[in-house]
Amino acid sequence: MNFAGHYSYWITVFLMIAGLYVVIARGNLIKKLIGLGIFQTSVYLLYIAPGKLIGGTAPIIASGFGTYSNPLPHVLILTAIVVGVATLALGLAIVVRIHEAYGSIEEDEILDRDLTGQEGR
Amino acid sequence: MRSDLVLRVIAKLLIPFVLLFALYVQFHGDFGPGGGFQAGVIIAAAMIFYAIVFGLPAARRMVPDRAVEAMVAAGVLIYAGVGVAGLLLGGNYLDYFVLDRVPAHGQERGIFWVEAGVAVTVSGVMLKIFYMFAGRRSDADDA
Amino acid sequence: MIGEHLPALQVVVPLVAAPLIVLLRSAPLAWLLAVGVSWASLVIAVALLLQVQSGGVISYAIGSWPPPWGIEYRVDALNAYVLVLVGLVASVVAPYARSSVAAELPRERHYLFYCMYMLCLAGLLGIAITGDAFNLFVFLEISSLSTYVLIALGRNRRALLAAYQYLIMGTIGATFYVIGIGLLYLMTGTLNLADMASRLREVHELRPVLAALAFITVGVSLKLALFPLHFWLPNAYACAPSPVTAFLAATATKVSVYVLLRFYFSVFGAAFVFERLPMRGLVLTLSVLAAVTASFVAVFQQDLKRMFAYSSVAQIGYITLGIALVNENGLAGAVVHLFNHGVTKAALFLLVGGIALRTGQVTFERVAGLGRRMPLTSLGIVIAGLSLIGTPGTAGFISKWYLVLGALDRGEWWLAALIVASSLIAVAYVWRFVEAAYLREPAPGVAGSGEAPDGMLVPAWLMVAACVYFGLDTSYSLGGARAAVAVLLGGAP
Repeated sequence: MNFAGHYSYWITVFLMIAGLYVVIARGNLIKKLIGLGIFQTSVYLLYIAPGKLIGGTAPIIASGFGTYSNPLPHVLILTAIVVGVATLALGLAIVVRIHEAYGSIEEDEILDRDLTGQEGR
Repeated sequence: MRSDLVLRVIAKLLIPFVLLFALYVQFHGDFGPGGGFQAGVIIAAAMIFYAIVFGLPAARRMVPDRAVEAMVAAGVLIYAGVGVAGLLLGGNYLDYFVLDRVPAHGQERGIFWVEAGVAVTVSGVMLKIFYMFAGRRSDADDA
Repeated sequence: MIGEHLPALQVVVPLVAAPLIVLLRSAPLAWLLAVGVSWASLVIAVALLLQVQSGGVISYAIGSWPPPWGIEYRVDALNAYVLVLVGLVASVVAPYARSSVAAELPRERHYLFYCMYMLCLAGLLGIAITGDAFNLFVFLEISSLSTYVLIALGRNRRALLAAYQYLIMGTIGATFYVIGIGLLYLMTGTLNLADMASRLREVHELRPVLAALAFITVGVSLKLALFPLHFWLPNAYACAPSPVTAFLAATATKVSVYVLLRFYFSVFGAAFVFERLPMRGLVLTLSVLAAVTASFVAVFQQDLKRMFAYSSVAQIGYITLGIALVNENGLAGAVVHLFNHGVTKAALFLLVGGIALRTGQVTFERVAGLGRRMPLTSLGIVIAGLSLIGTPGTAGFISKWYLVLGALDRGEWWLAALIVASSLIAVAYVWRFVEAAYLREPAPGVAGSGEAPDGMLVPAWLMVAACVYFGLDTSYSLGGARAAVAVLLGGAP
């Protein structure tokens, strides 16, 4: 197993698990969203790291260069980043509304107030 | 107040250059990092900077809510419009080859307009998100 | 000229309608545009189905870049079937939404509802029609994000929690799918589904492919609410506005089943997925667990919407059970149940929405004595409930019949018996409604304001009639399903 050569994949897996852990283990709604963001970032790394070819240059045709890095992962990840931003914005908007309705952004407190019918604010 | 004055002067000096840089990033997307999304975010950042320094009502007077919503929709329609133009000119949807007599120039034209649409929508969306979040005041902490 | 561009128009028409609605702003115009676009998408879907039936697979290159370099929209018998289902449900829900949305949202927000509805429709149609794996992810997220917004528009503040929970789980699911696609791209070098299928046969390093299969399975299972990844579904369906619940229950999970079918049979190949790996046993166990436990939980619910939501989880278990049978009858049962369950659940939730409009909450106490106050609605729910159970003469029977045949084809008698037994549990929760509506007196203080408005009753009864029609004349539903199964079992398209 080539540890040193595959360090980008190790970082990817670490970020993936860390992000998922934060989503599952943290009760604060905003922390969950941050965990989701970390998880999505690991996926970006998964795509982009193999795209760079050793000795490859930027993917614009120029004389004197034979190897070009793969531009497709960058395009895919741009799209994925935009989707991630939209999801984050939507999640935060929902959290703001939850805060106005329940008065808290901790999951256990919200579930308590849901059961007792307590108003927010 | 003195610190307020420094902020205002610097903002007034910097914001035009930020917008110019955004245009540079927008058109330079063919040759370097850049393109519609990045440029849109920079434009929105400039407007949000203005809103933070001069206050949300002042920013709302500069770029009204209706205009922002129209920007969001217009950008998508520009993008879809390029696609439909490709349809009407005889190619498939989003066909750039038919947009000009020389297919390679057609590609440049298509990408130019598509990126313009993306920049309009992205800056509109970012600004709208800021308006939505900053416009809500929570009763508990009145800053 | 339009005829050759139908695949692109299928997605472009709703996608362009969304920003147009934002620019138009007026609520009645937004509704009219939404209805028109929904009907247009049904017409385009039917036209595509007819084209596929006469001409074979349709391949449309977006941007005129030839596949596999460009994005390809590829229509065969399987996704034409799914497109027709989505178009049909959208066409029925859009006119229905007018009265429902008018009661639940302030008037200035109506146009935003219809804009999100159009985006959701465009996303679902795009998932079904595209032949590119990453394009599928983009449409998956378009439909999911608009779904989160639509759910959060529910009246109760619980809708916000339900939307948030669905957002977290749905985004994890979509990201798992992207990880799977990334691994497949690394191994095959292409994103085009058909090209991927042919290149996968030559790949020798199998471990990344297995990992990709695992990630895609988990990701898509989160979206289709396969037990035990279904926890977002009951809250989302119970708290969302009624037209949203009806639309989602009938289409969103079915389109995710389509994605699973496409990847299992067309990209990875049934031999790889089901014979080299214990996927058969795993999917079978989970499906049986879903069908039995979700039906049981449904029996004990107090809220009608939540009860039917758990019933949805159980019915999705039946669909994946058909997939795990991997033979012609089982798969035909799964695909036709995709259609039949979509029609049945649409009918049920549309009718329950009518009740919600008249009585507020749809708990069993408020529903007592409904048979007298809202006779047409109650009758419709009974008929659709019979289809849910699988009574002969309704659409549900056809799917259950083929599932049982598929189980018997494999010689698994215990499975056939289990399918029949779990359908009997459905009798229990449908009977709860019948008992409450017809055999109980209305609770004191519950005002009865008569039948639901015509604008809601007519679309709902159209779906109820469809439940009965597709139970008696199966040439379209079953014929389409068989053609789709031929595509799935025949190898790469």
